[in-house]
Amino acid sequence: MREYEHYEAIVVGAGPGGAAAAAVLAENDIETIVLERGMEAGSKNVSGGLIYAEESSPYTIDNLFPEFRNEATERPITEYKLHNISGEKVASFDLKGLHEYDTKWCDSVLRRKMDSWLSKEVQSRTQETGGGLINGIHVNGLLRDENGKIKGVTCDEIDPITADVVIAADGVTSELARASGLMDWERPEEWFQGVKVVVDLKEVDNIFDLEPETGIAHLFSGDLFEGVRGGGFLYTNQESLSIGTVFHLDSIMEEEAESHELLNKLLTHPLLGQWLDKDYCELEYSAKLVPDSKKAANPNPHLDRLLLVGDAAGQMQAQGPIIKGMNHAVTAGALAAEAFVEMKERGDSEKAGERYELKLRQTGLMGKLRPPMYSVVKVVAENKVATAIVDGVLTSPVGRAAIRTMGKRIGKLYNVPILSMAIPDTSTPYVTLPTIIGQEVGEIIKSKNLVDPPELADRISKLAYDTDIGKPHIELIDNSYAASGGAVTACPVSAVGFGGGCYRMEEIEVDGKIELRVSLDTQPCIECGTCAVVAKTEWSNPRGNKGVEFKHG
Amino acid sequence: MDNNSSDIDIVVLTKGVPDFREGKVSFDEHGHLERGKTPTVMNPNDRFAMKAALQTKVRSGGKITVMSMGPPGYKEILQEAMNIYADELYLLSDREMAAADTWATAITICSAVEKLDPTPDIVFAGFKTADGETGHTGPQTSWALEWPIITHVVSLDVDVDERKIRARRLVQGDIKEIETVEVDLPCFVIPDPEFEAEYPRASHRLRLQNLTEETQVRSDAYEETLTMWDHKELNLDPDFIGLDGSPTIVGRVDPIPKAPSDREATIIDLENKSGLEEMLGIMAPFAGGK
Repeated sequence: MREYEHYEAIVVGAGPGGAAAAAVLAENDIETIVLERGMEAGSKNVSGGLIYAEESSPYTIDNLFPEFRNEATERPITEYKLHNISGEKVASFDLKGLHEYDTKWCDSVLRRKMDSWLSKEVQSRTQETGGGLINGIHVNGLLRDENGKIKGVTCDEIDPITADVVIAADGVTSELARASGLMDWERPEEWFQGVKVVVDLKEVDNIFDLEPETGIAHLFSGDLFEGVRGGGFLYTNQESLSIGTVFHLDSIMEEEAESHELLNKLLTHPLLGQWLDKDYCELEYSAKLVPDSKKAANPNPHLDRLLLVGDAAGQMQAQGPIIKGMNHAVTAGALAAEAFVEMKERGDSEKAGERYELKLRQTGLMGKLRPPMYSVVKVVAENKVATAIVDGVLTSPVGRAAIRTMGKRIGKLYNVPILSMAIPDTSTPYVTLPTIIGQEVGEIIKSKNLVDPPELADRISKLAYDTDIGKPHIELIDNSYAASGGAVTACPVSAVGFGGGCYRMEEIEVDGKIELRVSLDTQPCIECGTCAVVAKTEWSNPRGNKGVEFKHG
Repeated sequence: MDNNSSDIDIVVLTKGVPDFREGKVSFDEHGHLERGKTPTVMNPNDRFAMKAALQTKVRSGGKITVMSMGPPGYKEILQEAMNIYADELYLLSDREMAAADTWATAITICSAVEKLDPTPDIVFAGFKTADGETGHTGPQTSWALEWPIITHVVSLDVDVDERKIRARRLVQGDIKEIETVEVDLPCFVIPDPEFEAEYPRASHRLRLQNLTEETQVRSDAYEETLTMWDHKELNLDPDFIGLDGSPTIVGRVDPIPKAPSDREATIIDLENKSGLEEMLGIMAPFAGGK
């Protein structure tokens, strides 16, 4: 058999989770190789845009990379507002209490800038160990020994590599997580889909009335999203805004909603007219699948020598209106590395996975990702009858009177962390309650919104692609409308009646009868992974350097 | 790695040529090249020689010496090469060497290659220059060195232990027919423009990154690694080099007549929608590569 190159540690993916893992490995002199599929770290990464550092966490990104906040972030987020919207009426609450709970700091970020800076740090630190970071390498699978045990990785561009530990930080579309059977792409209810635009805005300080070194986050919920469960956000960057929406994927499917249109509802709402004007200019459109850790986080995210961290392990916490993903990836990446270092010292590095699992529990990270209280609430509240009763009460004169009486004190309830961690996944907290709050205690917004959002075709045409011609990375296994039709609406770069996207509906004649079929063109794909969940596909990421290249992220 | 005795010593030959790219090149009203107004750049085909040399260094270790012959202004061509990769630079520059044809050039370069210590294992050269287009200098130099030559190389692998080079090359310069040859070192190699460097191992990629970073730093102060040799240092008789040593006589230079073509161009107004539709109608049958 051919001899493969061996490194002590392989880290797949140079996002925050991979960077944290590599930093801890390098600190401990572990020969580490980091493989990144983008032509530069950050060119494949998208996030809503807030990174937290938690008081209770054993690792934060600025512990590991002291210059991080000076070099890689946009603005400290010092204000946090929630807007409950009902038509043109809006009731706004200050969520600073919840935002600052357990928070050392929180900054807005754009991932191309953040990840590329991190990767340069990682590059120089891992070089010292005899390894390094290589861009443009797509890790496409696991290398196994004759007994089927994982011993390394396989790649599109280079020969397989073996290692004593493989830390997979390859994001939400992790092929290693699926190849190992530790994660799957089966249930839409385990996922959110986020869609975002980065909007050019030079005068952020003036328009948002911000002091230097401060920033604001605005959250939006209520009836503007046509009953789809989820909400919107607006974060201030240095000279741009990140505006987006995050919806439960099962709700997008049920309502056959087009996420880019829901985003447009937010962009054109009068409330945003105070910040955006007719010169509105989008720099980048992007989308991302977001695991709901309450359901998706694997409590045992390891197999043989493979340890999963970050989105690859479903470690994305939606704590009500607060979304924490990157900070948990950092902690998990560092813990995985630490677990390997400790077990190697004991001469038992094969047990690194078990040690990592233990650390996830002992540090409280798994408790944040899968809050025990949620499982109690889930049984009671995520029940159609219960939802109907609660919604019935809320919408009745009695419920409305109660909300009127509570008035602005409702904001206090939103700020209770333990309640926010246990918010059930029903329409009540996302739609019914915010709408009624907006109706009963909201005020009519007088500002006009002159934003004319670009068409989906224009959003796609603004993106940079290096298409791997003749090698589509997604294969449609079942093109019947029943199996894969959901992708036509759910895919963020596809829409009914739009011919320039990935998924299209086609009518074809079979034995004299008209049948609905789905066709796929992967060229405009933004690699979010939505269709892997909602359609029958053989899904993999493009080869290294190929596919979409995000400039902002 | 660089001091390993089993390493490969590599020389790359390069030449400065007028930059024929659109927007750079300048012609007078008679269609003659205005040499003074046209910048000189590294011969584009030499990039493939550079890439092959770098692949050899990354995979087998060793040292890359880049050598050129020309006026002192060609130093910048060597810096361009160093941006890709070079350990040392040599410029053979002397009035006596000027106006050499391929024969006299080959004699001069051969003397310089033989003067290097240790004697190199591989010399890489580009597949013909953009100005002369003869493709003779490389083969004539290999003849002068009395070395075997492999031309039209598309991929190669050096076996340091066996001191052999295995190359895949185009037969008759045609991509449809490829043969694999094995040759003992030392050897002269001319990569084809179809040449692709291959780095199949993670360690190759890491070393490539490190070397690329190193050479960028070196390139900023490239004159520190540059050696200039004249005919005396090479112990060459002026009668056998430069114009005096060139048997070639250029009789006359004729401009190449415009190629006859029976194709016609139709100008389409981008503002005119019906014009565009008509064009799309014509192109549609060819979509999908038919």
